[in-house]
Amino acid sequence: MPNEKPLVRFVDIQKSYDGDTLVVKNLNLDVAKGEFLTMLGPSGSGKTTCLMMLAGFEPATHGEIYLNDQGINKVAPHKRGIGMVFQNYALFPHMTVAENLAFPLWVRKMSKSEQDERVNKALAMVELSAFGNRRPAQLSGGQQQRVAVARSLVFDPDLVLMDEPLGALDKNLREQMQYEIKHIHENLGLTVVYVTHDQSEALTMSNRIAVFDDGIIQQCAPPEVLYEEPDNAFVANFIGENNRLLGDVVEDAGDSVKVKIDDDSGVVHANKINVEGVGSRTTLSLRPERVTVDPEPGSVPNIFAAHAKELIYLGDHIRTRFTVCGHDDFIVKIPNSAAHAQLEEGATVNIGWNVEDCRALDPSD
Amino acid sequence: MALPVYTTLGQRIWHYSYLAFCTFVLFFLVAPLVAVIPLSFTSAPFLNFTPEMLSLDPEGFSTRWYKGLFGICDQDANLSTMCTDRWVVGTQNSFIIAIASTLLATFLGTLAALGLSSENMPFRRGIMALMISPLIVPLIITASGMFFFFAKVNLVASYAGIILAHTMLGIPFVVITVTSTLVGFDKSLTRSGASLGGSPAYCFYKIQMPLIAPGMISGALFAFITSFDEIVIILFIGGPEQHTLPRQMWSGIRQEISPTILAAATILVILSVLLLTTLELLRRRSERIRGITPH
Ligand SMILES: Nc1ncnc2c1ncn2[C@@H]1O[C@H](COP(=O)(O)OP(=O)(O)OP(=O)(O)O)[C@@H](O)[C@H]1O
Ligand SMILES: [Mg+2]
Repeated sequence: MPNEKPLVRFVDIQKSYDGDTLVVKNLNLDVAKGEFLTMLGPSGSGKTTCLMMLAGFEPATHGEIYLNDQGINKVAPHKRGIGMVFQNYALFPHMTVAENLAFPLWVRKMSKSEQDERVNKALAMVELSAFGNRRPAQLSGGQQQRVAVARSLVFDPDLVLMDEPLGALDKNLREQMQYEIKHIHENLGLTVVYVTHDQSEALTMSNRIAVFDDGIIQQCAPPEVLYEEPDNAFVANFIGENNRLLGDVVEDAGDSVKVKIDDDSGVVHANKINVEGVGSRTTLSLRPERVTVDPEPGSVPNIFAAHAKELIYLGDHIRTRFTVCGHDDFIVKIPNSAAHAQLEEGATVNIGWNVEDCRALDPSD
Repeated sequence: MALPVYTTLGQRIWHYSYLAFCTFVLFFLVAPLVAVIPLSFTSAPFLNFTPEMLSLDPEGFSTRWYKGLFGICDQDANLSTMCTDRWVVGTQNSFIIAIASTLLATFLGTLAALGLSSENMPFRRGIMALMISPLIVPLIITASGMFFFFAKVNLVASYAGIILAHTMLGIPFVVITVTSTLVGFDKSLTRSGASLGGSPAYCFYKIQMPLIAPGMISGALFAFITSFDEIVIILFIGGPEQHTLPRQMWSGIRQEISPTILAAATILVILSVLLLTTLELLRRRSERIRGITPH
């Protein structure tokens, strides 16, 4: 588990490729020793750029990156001792698997016997002991991926960077590799900075997730905090499924607000998270599983009539699309239990939710 | 090559006349070479097939022209001014000049190709065009330009001058072949080499060079052949010392037409075939390395 001392610190990092637009805007991020930190965000949000700056392949336009309290802006990539798994694996095609793994050991001038020992150990770790003499082109995608992981670890780096390493794999293999990487991380006590745009991958693997958008970290928190307590509308929307209701604050009670929903008379009582006082615009965010169908009158503060537009049977739950307060795409997950079996398309029912589950956030767009 | 069942009559006619045409082209290209080889073994000092040769009489054949090429003269050598050690000297000189200029051209051309493939390089296209220009500018113009320039810097009639001039002719081949192997080169390979701790020089030597080696070698072969049979520049800036094989053939032909020329030509043909075979083998090797199955 991560301890308190940061291994990596990004301090006021900015990056521009063309000297004009900033693709990373004022990044401040600490990565603790032993942590598994994931950078998650849509395409083009600057994740790879951050990784490249940390690995030393792109210079930061402004700010300083610290590794073990040493500024590394002026340290050449090959002197940083950071392991890296590239998105396309970047295995050396003219070398065998064993030679690929031995490359960092040649550089470090290790004895032949130690090289062999380490290569064999690394191959065993990724269950490829029988493949040492093959060339990368003779391996499947998943096997190449494991070689890339093994190669990034064989020289015992403290820090390993992985840029969407599982992007090219099919779903089953991807899930299997997620667990393997996770286990390697736990067993070796590594610090991993991982990049992905797959949120379920991020949620499964990480100690903390930094959600990127537009070159800014929108929120950096453990998975459960990100899901349960998103700081802003972007994060709420990006992580997991989310219902959004737009409106204006009409009453401010300190830690909760009342919000009048657009185009409708409905007034929702919501948790005040990231919104100014009376009169300001807000996005209400509500998870589909936190909505109760047909609640006891008075049991929850927010109860509204909803019109069921569409029901999708998904086995353990029924995904239902309602029209609520003039909003069309309001999703509710109804558990598949006897109590809820009678709902039909076109029916009108009451649905309700608690103040804590409905978060009043910034008016995103 | 079986034609698909749906080919029309017109397509069939087209297909077969195309095949016939290709056959003729190949025939006209190869026939003179094929004729040269037996003729170089004639025992008579003429450039045509004697009746003895046509009747396969052993008397009609000899290796005297090859011997002459290597400076071993028969008794009747005085018949021919072609039997002289100038052939041997010329061959030696050709090899010295070709090898030296090939090494230089490969080294400089590879560096140039690496530089020109980098994204940070300003004026890439312009510089590339300049490097390729010796291929396009008529040789006689290059040669006369060089003559006047080399005369100023005292390089006329020196080995250094010839080697530099041939290097310049060879560089475009190396630049072109190495650039084309670099096109598919994945930058993340050298990056991953660096992340594993390899210095830039080590990564180049261990990762990039093995992968672009086929390009370097085929460029080198072209450069070698270019230098080996180059005559124009030699005539312009070579002195009596720089007597090469093509120059000897040139002066030999002007003095007297003798089968020694054919012997020299045969050796050149064999050399070219060997070089081209090497090229093809290298191409297959590089494809195998890149994971493409050879066909
Ligand atoms: N070498 C470059 N030169 C110029 N602009 C670049 C370069 N690399 C990236 N960019 C720009 O910087 C921005 C961030 O790119 P980056 O590669 O960091 O995105 P990313 O978050 O990794 O996206 P993805 O999930 O698609 O990999 C993008 O707008 C991209 O166009
Ligand atoms: Mg990326």
